Amino acid sequence: MNVSVNLPGLNLKNPVMPASGCFAFGKEFAQFYDLSNLGAVIMKAATKERRFGNGTPRVAETASGMLNAIGLQNPGVESIITDEIPFLKNYHLPIIANVAGSTVEEYVEVAEKISPHVDAIELNISCPNVKEGGVQFGTDPALAKEVTRDVVEVSNIPVYVKLSPNVTDIVGMALAAEEAGASGLSMINTLTGMRIDPKTRKPVIANGTGGLSGAAIKPISIRMIHQVYQAVTIPIIGMGGIESAEDVLEYLLAGASAVAIGSANFKNPFICKEIIEELPAVLARYGFSSVKEAIGGAHHEKVETPVLRS
Amino acid sequence: MKNERMTILRHEKVARDTHLLMLQGDLVQDIADPGQFVHVKIEGFYLRRPISIADYDSKNDTVTLIYKIMGDGTKALTRSQIGERVDVLGPGGQGFPTARIHGDHALIIGGGIGVPPLYSAAKILKENGVAVTSILGFRSREDAFLLDEFRALGKVHVTTEDGSLGRSGRVTDALPHVKENYQHYLSCGPTVMLKAVADHLPDKEGYLSMEERMGCGIGACFACVVESKDEKGYKRICCDGPVFKAGEVVLS
Repeated sequence: MNVSVNLPGLNLKNPVMPASGCFAFGKEFAQFYDLSNLGAVIMKAATKERRFGNGTPRVAETASGMLNAIGLQNPGVESIITDEIPFLKNYHLPIIANVAGSTVEEYVEVAEKISPHVDAIELNISCPNVKEGGVQFGTDPALAKEVTRDVVEVSNIPVYVKLSPNVTDIVGMALAAEEAGASGLSMINTLTGMRIDPKTRKPVIANGTGGLSGAAIKPISIRMIHQVYQAVTIPIIGMGGIESAEDVLEYLLAGASAVAIGSANFKNPFICKEIIEELPAVLARYGFSSVKEAIGGAHHEKVETPVLRS
Repeated sequence: MKNERMTILRHEKVARDTHLLMLQGDLVQDIADPGQFVHVKIEGFYLRRPISIADYDSKNDTVTLIYKIMGDGTKALTRSQIGERVDVLGPGGQGFPTARIHGDHALIIGGGIGVPPLYSAAKILKENGVAVTSILGFRSREDAFLLDEFRALGKVHVTTEDGSLGRSGRVTDALPHVKENYQHYLSCGPTVMLKAVADHLPDKEGYLSMEERMGCGIGACFACVVESKDEKGYKRICCDGPVFKAGEVVLS
């Protein structure tokens, strides 16, 4: 079974990678299995300066998912280059840097600094948990275009734009990124959500709102990828609630060329490895002889999905 | 750290909303220090629950957890029966460095569900020749547990907020009544309590065990951070803690 996939900047021996923010910089998971098993790794977000993040509690459980408002806590791009990337290099797998910022200039500076050290950039214009920057770039097509164009210009590696689902027109956002020169898309980030504690009558998460991830968001992500796949020519890395090899196949059929696994790593630290091991048998069971054959497999007949244009 | 399905040997109520769960499995061999925790998967719930280790026995591969019903997840856990197996990840974090505590007397200060991890620490200190005096604080008489076990190790001061057992008030109200000359203190409880304890005892060497809502429990998600005074500016409670030396982290 051929499970390899070649995407711009990423020669993946299999299509499975941990999602940004759910795997830190790999060290914690290296105690459970050999990271060389992974197709690639998407690092935790890098910002220009070290960030502490939001107040605690920062996570809350929901039915079939979780809310988080970490707030892009990271040691800053310089420290990531010096202290974190060398460890990941030991595993000879493609490294994707998640780049975040508050202004276009900050995104550009981080991308420029980190691009010589990694294989691709995931441009994070969709974090719902930071007040300045972040999601505003991911909900306004003009801003998305501007930041993508400027980051692509200074990066000598492919740029994947991570889209926010917190928009009415996901296709418009995808097209904006493609037109600005993105090599691929990464979708979706978390959906803004909230929980309230009946005892205190306050939000459970100190930040008020948080990003919803987990199985609960999978149907939304599948729908959005299905829509976007029909509209763009660049590849999509799909994510949102993947917990099994069947889920991976569903993403491939919707139009993703590779997938990232996020909060499921918290439930089961072995999840990425287990899914990679199960994937060939699952593909075979449904009549596929390679991963490539499954990509976009749900598009052989036209499926009407409502396209919401704001 | 291991991920293992451990077998339930004992499961019983020990105080109001408080249950003791004794599990058997190989990961007990990996416990390095008292005060470490395990991350327990509860069927039907998304995130694991961190539960501190109250006691462990490496000879029989058993670990004793005492947990409080905090919500639907821990409530569901109370229904698991002897003989069933529980998905456990652990042991996690850094515990109390009992091997490096060389004074002749230590004070144990526990509040509510912060009491359990102090039990194995106190036991090991006693075995190492360090005398222990304890202050155990609870909301009310119905919430108190492990009192006899601590009394077997040394003098115990009990406080309850409603005065139904022991001294009325909080653990810090009992501090002036401790006559023994102790060099170290070990404390676990809500952050406000830890702050009050640390503020009362600026001249003693203290170790504080913290609690916070966790995501992964292994240091990857950055959910359970606390500000620190070092260059990095933060500590992750699940892997850099839960036990910190007093003064190492910012208690607010």
